[in-house]
Amino acid sequence: MNLSQKTAFELAESCRAGKCSSEDILKDLARAIEAKDSSIKAYVRFDAKKSLRRTVSKEAPLYGVPIAIKDNICVENEAITCGSKILQNFVSPYNATVIERLLDAGAVIFGRTNMDEFAFGSSCETSFYGPTRNPHDLGRVPGGSSGGSAACVAAQTAIAALGSDTGGSIRQPASLCGVVGIKPTYGRVSRYGLIAFASSLDQIGPLTRDVRDSALLLKVLAGGDPRDSTSANVPVPDYLSFLGKDIKGMKIGIPKEYFKKEGLSPAVEKAVRQEAAQVLEKQGARCEEVSLPHTAFAIGVYYIVAPSEASSNLARFDGVRFGWRHPSTGNLLELYEKTRGEGFGSEAKRRIILGTYSLSSGYYDAYYLRAMKVRTRIKQDFDEVFKKVNVILTPTSPTPAFKLGEKATNPLEMYLSDIYTISANLAGIPAISVPCGAEVRDGKSLPIGLQFMAKPFDEGKLFQIAHAFEGTRI
Amino acid sequence: MIPTIGLEVHAQFNTRTKIFCSCALRFASPPNTLVCPVCLGLPGVLPVLNREVFRLGLRAVLALGGTPSKTIRFDRKNYYYPDLPKGYQISQFADPLGHGGFVEIAVGGKTKKVKLNRLHLEEDAGKLIHDQVPDKSLVDLNRAGTPLAEIVSEPDLDSAEEAYAYLVSLKAILKAIGVSDCDMEKGHLRCDANVSVRKNASDPLGKKVEVKNLNSFKAVKQAVQYEIQRQTEALEKGEKLFQETRLWDDARGRTHLMRSKEEAHDYRYFPEPDLVPFSVSQEDVERERAALPELPAAKKARFMKDYALSEYDAGLLTEEPKIAAFFEEAVRATTDAKTTANWFIGSIFAYLGAHNLNIDQTRLTAPLLADLLRLVKEGKVSLQAAKEKIFPEVAEKGTSPESVMKEKGLLQVSDDKALEGWIAQALDENPKVVADFKSGKETAAMFLVGRVMRKSQGKANPGKVQDMVRKALQA
Repeated sequence: MNLSQKTAFELAESCRAGKCSSEDILKDLARAIEAKDSSIKAYVRFDAKKSLRRTVSKEAPLYGVPIAIKDNICVENEAITCGSKILQNFVSPYNATVIERLLDAGAVIFGRTNMDEFAFGSSCETSFYGPTRNPHDLGRVPGGSSGGSAACVAAQTAIAALGSDTGGSIRQPASLCGVVGIKPTYGRVSRYGLIAFASSLDQIGPLTRDVRDSALLLKVLAGGDPRDSTSANVPVPDYLSFLGKDIKGMKIGIPKEYFKKEGLSPAVEKAVRQEAAQVLEKQGARCEEVSLPHTAFAIGVYYIVAPSEASSNLARFDGVRFGWRHPSTGNLLELYEKTRGEGFGSEAKRRIILGTYSLSSGYYDAYYLRAMKVRTRIKQDFDEVFKKVNVILTPTSPTPAFKLGEKATNPLEMYLSDIYTISANLAGIPAISVPCGAEVRDGKSLPIGLQFMAKPFDEGKLFQIAHAFEGTRI
Repeated sequence: MIPTIGLEVHAQFNTRTKIFCSCALRFASPPNTLVCPVCLGLPGVLPVLNREVFRLGLRAVLALGGTPSKTIRFDRKNYYYPDLPKGYQISQFADPLGHGGFVEIAVGGKTKKVKLNRLHLEEDAGKLIHDQVPDKSLVDLNRAGTPLAEIVSEPDLDSAEEAYAYLVSLKAILKAIGVSDCDMEKGHLRCDANVSVRKNASDPLGKKVEVKNLNSFKAVKQAVQYEIQRQTEALEKGEKLFQETRLWDDARGRTHLMRSKEEAHDYRYFPEPDLVPFSVSQEDVERERAALPELPAAKKARFMKDYALSEYDAGLLTEEPKIAAFFEEAVRATTDAKTTANWFIGSIFAYLGAHNLNIDQTRLTAPLLADLLRLVKEGKVSLQAAKEKIFPEVAEKGTSPESVMKEKGLLQVSDDKALEGWIAQALDENPKVVADFKSGKETAAMFLVGRVMRKSQGKANPGKVQDMVRKALQA
């Protein structure tokens, strides 16, 4: 069997048992990449001969397993672009904390995956290095911004990959590509070394073929980090121990506001609200309707908070110290204007302008401050609901993968594709996307994903129910 | 016209490391050698607060009589400049570490409590170097991330002299509590002044002019003086004043426009999402309160009382904590506060100033100083020889005053016989001068004293010689 088709859990065991080596896995991956990636373009850089590893004991949880990395997570002495021209030729002098943890866990770091520029997007089309395509239909997008990571895991050109999620950037592409993606609780995984988009929303998480790999990887990634003040010193449970636990008596909330949306595909609604709910009830879980009354404001709040933080976070890309600098600049103002004017793509500039505006003197109270207040309300909605139920079930994305270019010219429509995922970032709660069916469009079977959300630091419960659900489908 | 002045002082903390990373703080290191990904603002890095900065900041708030904030939060101040690596400065805007407080000053024999508005924590920027490569500017980020306390006074100062006195007092407090070394040459203290004038005390405050680029206390005094005069003259001529920022030109002794109100930055402050707010506990406050030493104002009052010093002398001796401590030790050894104080204000300060040293950088000790004072008191050396010949040797090498005296042959001759011999000779050799004296020319005696001193090769005790010459002439 081709090793590229196996899961991280299986491969770590095989490597431990001496049945294969990480070189064997990389060789198979290289072959798969050569065969498929010229059309999918999930990778911005891949060199099978240049992989990073540490000498670790055989007990290491990811012993010998290659992991692909989204191109916004720093790896020492390696180029990193964030899908942007402005970071051309930038080489990071340090490792992100998650890279340190993967290396210590025996993982092999290889390959950098494509993304929307600075993670601004839901389609992977805004990358300076060109779009990534959905392996299920090359005419469609893989979702975004971690589109490259989702596509390579789906196409079996990677075993597992790291992504980052600010408003759905792990879960939405996982859903569109038919893989598992989890956004952990805010503070669960260190952000040190993740090039910031919106600091109060960003989280790193794994994209994997199944729930077990997701649990395996999160166990490695999670935990407090002295380099990240926003990381939490909350003990990390053994997530694998939640797998296989029955879900009898578990209470599942289905928020009514999530199914009222215009633009929700009937096939998606059916797959989640009827089929998935039924399957879960059959296993002893109880579904009940719940209400998250401030849901309607989530997108509005997000598009104030996220661009505001981004406008400040992206100020350092000015051509002065690193990255790309416009070749002809006369004075300082010109250096800034030309470098940033031509170094950033149009979506990045749109968000910088939005954020700059909402933080401006005279507008701050009306926009940023008010958005932060509504954000608190959204969080309180979840607090209330989690007093009654253990998890919340929703679709991950209102539709399966859309066509390349379909929403590229309409930013507002693009923003709406994150309508179900954004609230978890605003509330800081964990959420996982798991495949739950398919919708046939233009003769192609396109994956549908569902999303489970839980209260902060309750990732174990997410793995428990996601694994139980996944088991009914295999 | 009535001037109103407020000062914004940036004081550098004397921590070992920077405010948000573990890079060392060191002055005059080669460019870009005290840097790491965090203070360089590289993509992906995050700040972590140096807790020592918080503790020292809290101590400063308490020493200045301010109220500490209940929660520590930081904000981002956004603007573009090549010396600002992240494109924003991490500062405190909405909720400063300290509110209120005061600095006590003494001007013209009157004391006054200058009210403070706030004290907040922030990081310093780097430096631009314009004069090394033609047509290019270089960036040195060693200073980026240096912890600063910004101390903002209320518009509570009425003159340039008060502004100067405020800085002197503030510096003394910050040094005394061990928060900042306050070395102006190393940029540990920087100051901007806000100056306005108005016709009557009942009028609202005039247009505020912010003056920047003030590199010394003297510059602050001169710039404030200049601004008061410029604004007064403008108003008297019926001109309109505007809210603006002006730069002080030290060489020319005047200010010029930097930017008008319309050109002022919109800093787009918002809460720093990378740092989690935390509460200030009662223990934090009590610990720092307990760490407070006697503050300069209290010390000054005590010096005046205990050592019977003038306010001026007590002020000079308590400005620098090391000097004050040394002085007290020296008084214990000499048991003569007045003479000891005179030595400090005369010789010791002059020596330190001339060699640009602090007291602990010399070899002088309290017992050595006491020995030296004793030699003078006992008449073994002249005050002049003690000050000019012995003291510098002692301060530089730590040798005992007695051995310097011996080595340099400075022991005074007070022996009556020897003196009588030289006096007899001098009188014999100068009969005309003796006659002059006898006919009423008083100054003639001094000529003879000089002769005696010369005969003794300067070793004769001049006081004694004077007495004895007079006696001999009157005999």
